[in-house]
Amino acid sequence: MRDLGRLERFLRTDPRDVGCEEAMAVLHVYVDVVAAGEDPAGRYPGVAAHLRACGPCGEDFTGLLSAVADG
Amino acid sequence: MECARRPVQDLDEESAAWLRRLVAGGGEQQAAESELHATLVRIALAEVRRRSASTPVTGPELDDLAHQAAADAMLAILPKLGDFRGESRFTTWAYRFVILEVSSKIGRHYWRNPPVPLDAGQWERLPDRLGVDPAGHAEAAGILAEVRRVVEEELTSHQRRVFTAVVVDGIPLDALAAKLGLSRNAIYKVIFDARRKIRRALVAKGFLEELGLEQW
Repeated sequence: MRDLGRLERFLRTDPRDVGCEEAMAVLHVYVDVVAAGEDPAGRYPGVAAHLRACGPCGEDFTGLLSAVADG
Repeated sequence: MECARRPVQDLDEESAAWLRRLVAGGGEQQAAESELHATLVRIALAEVRRRSASTPVTGPELDDLAHQAAADAMLAILPKLGDFRGESRFTTWAYRFVILEVSSKIGRHYWRNPPVPLDAGQWERLPDRLGVDPAGHAEAAGILAEVRRVVEEELTSHQRRVFTAVVVDGIPLDALAAKLGLSRNAIYKVIFDARRKIRRALVAKGFLEELGLEQW
């Protein structure tokens, strides 16, 4: 199988993925962990898995992290 | 993932000050509300500009959207001050409201001038969407046919509609959620289940290999 990386990544479903609702409910906590330089994936593996897979929630994470950084 | 609420005296100084001022009553509370609103407007404007390349909303309309998002975030935040548990800084908790409002409003704006209508069903674009080039993969035709078979035979009509809109036609997930009156989570779950079914089918046909958890 050659160069099916994009398809492979799209089809991978991490069983730890908590979904949008749960990830967004703790996004502020997760972002503060990241902003403090700590390991968010160790504390919230299901949220980390979700943010890797869900484009819109990943955008919200990036936006909130940027807002916190810009203060 | 519930977290215990911290007593106000255990909050960081800035968060405690925000909470104290926002319930102080009178002029102090009004000043705090104005300050919070101005901050949310600034955050919303920065966020819509950050996202401007990926949204058809532009110019003054984008600024209006940011102001609406800040106003709606204020309306959501003020009655929920008692829900703030102190597991993050107050400002991070408050900014989350405005970021999510921006997301939601951009999703709704998609339908003012949609580049792709709902139910377009542009299956000819699937190779590009999935990065499976028929010229570059001997198995491409088989892979694409199997993906379509799973979508047509193993998904319900609702699941098929959602998958086709998001994956085949490239409609933003938040836009589809707004159009169908569903939550982002409900749309994501449909796509998640479809991805799992398609992967299982492609593994069964020998197009992909089984993955262990250590490969995530």
